[in-house]
Amino acid sequence: MSEPPSKSPSRRRFVQGLSLIPVVAVLGSCGSGSGSATGTDAAHKPYEPRFFTASEWAFIVAICDRLIPADEVGPGAVELGVPEFLDRHMQTPYANGAIWYMQGPFLEAAPEFGYQGQLPLREILRVGIAEMDAHCHKAFGGKAFAELTAAEQESLLEAAQAGSLQFDTISSKVFFSYLLGEVRNGYFADPAYGGNKGMGSWKMIGYPGARADYMDWVTVRDKPYPLPPVDLGGKRG
Amino acid sequence: MATVKPKVDVVIVGMGWTGAIMAKELTDSGLRVVALERGADRDTQPDFAYPKVADELEGSVHRKFLQSLSQETVTIRHSPAGVAVPYRQMGSFKPGTGVGGAGSHWSGCHFRALPEDLKLRTNVEKRYGRRFIPDGMTIADFPVSYEELEPHFDHFEYVCGTSGKAGVIKGVIQEGGNPYEGSRQREFALPPNPNYLGAEQFYVGARNMGWHPYPIPASNASRPYVNPYGCQMGPCNFCGFCSDYGCINYSKASPNSCILPVLRQRQAFELRANAHVQKVTLDADGKRATGVTYLDGQGREIEQPADLVLLCAFSLYNVHLMLLSGIGSPYDPNTGLGTVGRNYSYQNLNRVTLFFNKNVQANAFIGNGGAGTTMDDLNGNQLDAGKSGFVGGGIIWARQPGAGPVRGISVPRGTPNWGTQWKRAITDSFRHSFYFEVQGACMSYRQNYLSLDPTYRDGFGRPLLRLTFDWNQNEIKASQFLVSKAQEMSKTLNPLSMIGDAKKDGSHYDVTQYQSTHTCGGAIMGSDPKSSALNRYLQSWAVPNVFAIGANAFPQNNGYNPTGMVGALAYWSAKAIRDQYLKHPGPLV
Repeated sequence: MSEPPSKSPSRRRFVQGLSLIPVVAVLGSCGSGSGSATGTDAAHKPYEPRFFTASEWAFIVAICDRLIPADEVGPGAVELGVPEFLDRHMQTPYANGAIWYMQGPFLEAAPEFGYQGQLPLREILRVGIAEMDAHCHKAFGGKAFAELTAAEQESLLEAAQAGSLQFDTISSKVFFSYLLGEVRNGYFADPAYGGNKGMGSWKMIGYPGARADYMDWVTVRDKPYPLPPVDLGGKRG
Repeated sequence: MATVKPKVDVVIVGMGWTGAIMAKELTDSGLRVVALERGADRDTQPDFAYPKVADELEGSVHRKFLQSLSQETVTIRHSPAGVAVPYRQMGSFKPGTGVGGAGSHWSGCHFRALPEDLKLRTNVEKRYGRRFIPDGMTIADFPVSYEELEPHFDHFEYVCGTSGKAGVIKGVIQEGGNPYEGSRQREFALPPNPNYLGAEQFYVGARNMGWHPYPIPASNASRPYVNPYGCQMGPCNFCGFCSDYGCINYSKASPNSCILPVLRQRQAFELRANAHVQKVTLDADGKRATGVTYLDGQGREIEQPADLVLLCAFSLYNVHLMLLSGIGSPYDPNTGLGTVGRNYSYQNLNRVTLFFNKNVQANAFIGNGGAGTTMDDLNGNQLDAGKSGFVGGGIIWARQPGAGPVRGISVPRGTPNWGTQWKRAITDSFRHSFYFEVQGACMSYRQNYLSLDPTYRDGFGRPLLRLTFDWNQNEIKASQFLVSKAQEMSKTLNPLSMIGDAKKDGSHYDVTQYQSTHTCGGAIMGSDPKSSALNRYLQSWAVPNVFAIGANAFPQNNGYNPTGMVGALAYWSAKAIRDQYLKHPGPLV
């Protein structure tokens, strides 16, 4: 395969940013120099994941780029900070099962009864990532998911979505459906949560965000809603 | 050892609509009332204040305004032969918790039951013969008539600032309302809200079909309003954070905005939040309640003695408490004996989404929970069940409670779930689509019932409530009939495309998909203590100083949203307590 791992410029930037992290950390530990030695403006310092490990992070960045790519329709998940959203969201009580009933016994049941396993959301993702990477190592000569071509990644995601990838510890379908839900949440939730930077997804679809006052526009039919979005912090897009 | 509190006249379990109504009515009579709410105290300020309510991640993913399932949930199975598994993540229905209950995160659709639907069994037998009712269908008449409830429907609508257009006043049909409704004593509290595009287009489509469209009665104020209690409401600004959210504007009627401002000032009323009632305590022979025990915020067991115990929790939890406390005998679907748990029913909801081109400004983000347009031409006596072949009608409506991208964006059939094609589809449809819904009745059956789960426990060690429920052929047929009518109407509006299917033959109840929070029955009102848990005043036949107020009392569910009926039943029950019970405490029937 001669196709490059990813065609998306935003993802390349992100992965390069990631590779700088250890350098910064080393410099810091030597007590020498400042972050400027890396040429990175403090304001654009790459996000450092706290929940995901380096290999999980590479997976997350890759999969965000496949599920919501940067294209002519609008910004991609990576450039809008969805990986950062995911890493932060996984550290919330919600992702640790705070509003789910988590008591056993854990019985198998028809899909109409929903996910019946014992893992909270963040472990569903973590276990699923490990399964997917293990599958890739076996099927693609030791490569991780993030190292595959975009076309290879897409066909794996299609298989996971259909549930036809055989994982040992979790259904690939369950993993994919929670992962896709989280990527969408990050792409569309308020920028305060780390994704949807600059309200990019809201601008794309024409969602006014937290404006929450449309009394004057309920009965307007002949022109598009004119105002740009605002976020919870009061910023205008 | 439990701490014992001083005895009060009335203890109320749950501070949603029915708890607030009962507390208001009984403190009016001079009784001392303590209300125990399992969740936190909440009010418009600061809990529903702008901007933090306008946060889809908190409201629709973290479900901040709904009940967490971690401590308490239900288990579900499709038939008495199956093994139930827990409702682990919120899906099919969304109970509330906290002061205001589901009454703070509802949408606002505020209907009265049709007179004929309160006499359903009699009416069906009269029109189509006894044998038309399928074997195993356990529908029953409500033991109360529309005429008896009319003053209470009316009062509740005025408390809620319900905005609508009367169809029949004192027997005279009114232009623009529902000509098939039961007669009202007067016009609605407020005129209807303005129409968004889908609600306006519904008028066109429904008239194309020869139907009689009318504004959905909405407890979302269309004008500034002061209710009979002196509580003020502001006009709805269509903020789009309505269903599942608390109201930022004092526009959507809620216990918090329409009743509690009065109650909170009353000396005779005490509200204890984070007070989780574990059971109703009974005397030695089990015929009289002595009060309730609850866990306070620190987990201490407290006993609250009372002369009168009012179960005003969400319908499912009222039944749960009755089963846990031994109030009435548990229903057994094999023998048909027992009363508590029987006739569990639900709502038969299906959606049809219409996609248009970019010149059509549907603006799905603009929303008002209750307002919209509906029609009754396939509901109640308008539906010829002899021809359609099923019992119970339904309504088709246009509603737009407000959409946002975290809540999901509908896309045309065949669109992938991700990637560039998906992005293009959501971008094309977000501002340029709207939906109609079919809300069908749901009959009750011998095998659809509530009981205690033998395996799963809640966070306090009590057995979870178990739902045994699945769709029956009658409801599947109804879904197919009503959805085909909705599609027929939608086609007359020439959308680019449509999605939305009826339930397929043999399809099962899917708890992962949100359908409706209208869980009904389980402790039903009736005229025979052998087949109902409550008498016509919602008083327990078995323990007469316990009343269970809520949709748990419905023998089956009709095609309307239940809140208007639930509120009316609460006022009806309160009146019976005030006028009759207090003079002669004991069975009212």
